Amino acid sequence: MSEDTAQQKKPGREYLDAPITKIGAVAWLRANLFNTWYNSLLSVLLVYGLAVTVPPFFKWAFVDSLWNSSAAACRDIDGACWSIIPQNVKFIFLGFFPTGQEWRPILAMAILIGLVIYSRERHRWRKSLLWMWLIALVVMGTLMHGGVFGMPVVETSKWSGLPLTLMLSFFGIIAAYPLGVLLALGRRSRMPTIKTMCVVYIEMIRGVPLISLLFMSSVMFPLFLPEGVTIDKVLRAQVAIIMFTAAYIAEVVRGGLQAMPRGQYEAADSLGLNYGQTMRLVILPQALKIVIPPTVGILLAAFKDTSLVVIIALYDILKTTKVTLSNPQWTNYSTEAYIFLALLYFIFCYAMSSYSRRLERELHTGR
Amino acid sequence: MATTNEELPAKIPFWRDEGKRALVFQAVALVLVAAVGYYLFANTQANLQRQSIATGFGFLDHEASFEIGETVIPYSASDSYSRALLVGALNTIKISFIGIVLTLILGTIIGIARLSTNWLVAKIAALYIEVMQNIPVLLQLFFWYAIFYESFPPPRQALTPVPGVFLCNRGLIFAVPAPHPAWSYMGWTFVAVLIVGWFLNRWGRKRQELTGQEFPAGMITIAMAVVLPLLVWLVAGAPTTMDVPVMRGFNFSGGVTVSPEFSALLLGLVLYTAAFVAEIVRAGIQSVGRGQIEAAMAIGLRPAKVLRLVVLPQALRVIIPPLTTQMLNLLKNSSLAIAIGYADFVSVANTTINQTGQAIEGVAMIMLVFLTFSLLTSLFMNWYNKKMALVER
Repeated sequence: MSEDTAQQKKPGREYLDAPITKIGAVAWLRANLFNTWYNSLLSVLLVYGLAVTVPPFFKWAFVDSLWNSSAAACRDIDGACWSIIPQNVKFIFLGFFPTGQEWRPILAMAILIGLVIYSRERHRWRKSLLWMWLIALVVMGTLMHGGVFGMPVVETSKWSGLPLTLMLSFFGIIAAYPLGVLLALGRRSRMPTIKTMCVVYIEMIRGVPLISLLFMSSVMFPLFLPEGVTIDKVLRAQVAIIMFTAAYIAEVVRGGLQAMPRGQYEAADSLGLNYGQTMRLVILPQALKIVIPPTVGILLAAFKDTSLVVIIALYDILKTTKVTLSNPQWTNYSTEAYIFLALLYFIFCYAMSSYSRRLERELHTGR
Repeated sequence: MATTNEELPAKIPFWRDEGKRALVFQAVALVLVAAVGYYLFANTQANLQRQSIATGFGFLDHEASFEIGETVIPYSASDSYSRALLVGALNTIKISFIGIVLTLILGTIIGIARLSTNWLVAKIAALYIEVMQNIPVLLQLFFWYAIFYESFPPPRQALTPVPGVFLCNRGLIFAVPAPHPAWSYMGWTFVAVLIVGWFLNRWGRKRQELTGQEFPAGMITIAMAVVLPLLVWLVAGAPTTMDVPVMRGFNFSGGVTVSPEFSALLLGLVLYTAAFVAEIVRAGIQSVGRGQIEAAMAIGLRPAKVLRLVVLPQALRVIIPPLTTQMLNLLKNSSLAIAIGYADFVSVANTTINQTGQAIEGVAMIMLVFLTFSLLTSLFMNWYNKKMALVER
């Protein structure tokens, strides 16, 4: 652009630059920060507020801070004691997993995260990917539980930290999805009994907090089982999370089913497809595609909600952090520990939500 | 296909008849659910008998014998479980109500700030929304609670940001006006002004319909609401004594104390939910087309009226349904109180379960109470939504 204008300049003529108020930094400031009197006032106040708060925080977090020291050294400084993380990194991330076996949960998490990253590209969404996921889940379960290939068995009560958080969310999401689709189909069914049962289930679950379901799993569920049969606590919490997430997925999927035009059903009918074929080949592929963005929203919520298992004393990453903080040595550095955890959750959730936005953009181009 | 009518069987076999098939299918489903239900019920009965756990709601009349930190109504450890649970339910209502009101205010402000033409304001609002939405609310609660408990000094060295307001690890303590009859007179005057204002507004609108002349009912009401209570205050003797909290022993006495548990829970819930409300408000405002605003200005409406008569009614239609979901979320998330020790309904019910061992009744009560609250909130919001909905011809 500027080269064009430069070429048009004729020699022997005087050219003035554009006024400083129209281009460059000053113009930008004028247009974006000082365009009206109250915006000017707001800008000044905000800049003042940032100047007062940001430098002290920066000093606390980066200048006066210690990054890998003993707890005793932290007592003498004014800044943040980030040392709490590296000093307790094994317990915070892996909890009670037996020493010497740490490679197993780390490998399992690496497989999981690798597979998630691999599945991001839409052109890889084929049947083979589904099989890869199934195989990976089995491998991860074997790695965590052990008992074969010379790996000692690790009881689920020892599963803790980040692997537990990731496992509860991913297994929860994977199991809740088909259940949610079935519930949504049931709610749209023309059979009154089926419809009523699905409506009652969905509305009841959506009306109560997840905590009440977790309580149900931890204190009520053992009473439901015949004498001598026990199901371990992690699995019970997992069932509660699945039941909860499924109801929310059902509502999202119902939205997609409702958005399907009647013509699609009629076309499938006129081809002579039965109910199962209609749903599997015509309706669901389209309906589920429409609702991918809101589904990711549900998955995001489910991921954040797994932190609630703290309340029924499962050792997810939030609980292992709290246990670390209950150590008198480290008890004063909860701000640092919580900021670190917040950052960790933020990275996972932000990745998911920006992925959802990308999908929304990509899928927007026609059905 | 080359099939002709004659070749078709006269009667459709029942497994091909859609109506009959549906009947069979439903019967099977019903029997299955009933069987599973009966199986669980029988197991539960056997387990309860074996562990000799009492059943039924008889325990509600027994003495609770646990203390509750903060209560809306008088309560002591010698009261019954039912009263303890009532205290818990009222605490849930208290935190949810205050939380929802503050969330609406904060969420609206941030949502509008997100659309501000001021670059800095818009960016800070966007950053706030992105950060808050992506951190679990429970972690935020723990964070605020830790701030209150660890970063604030003990009562003796309490921070005083404003005279009469104290911040320490016992919570937020602030001065309130000392009791005086003038305060209640002022309150009643304010209510009276609101009622008069409502009638004034109705009359003004009717007059505008008849004559076309506008009547500034709103401005007059606001002026009256400010001036009249002040007049009453002057007439009643202008009391200025304050109930200032003072250090006595190890804690403050006097003033009003907001506990760290309540503050942390309120702060966490409001800051978290406001981020979601802000996104909803932003989407709602953006859904109103520019043409609508330009048309309103073209017929000569002033900016305030453009907002009140044209933009808001249309934006609210988009905003209300998702907003209802967020309010219900806040209500349900208030049950996280149990994690930081605020005595809400879930927390009291949990203590009850631990003491009596009657898990089924306890969990059932939690679910019932939250279902009722959820139902009432959505009934109210549906009514409001219907009121605001587009009246179509």
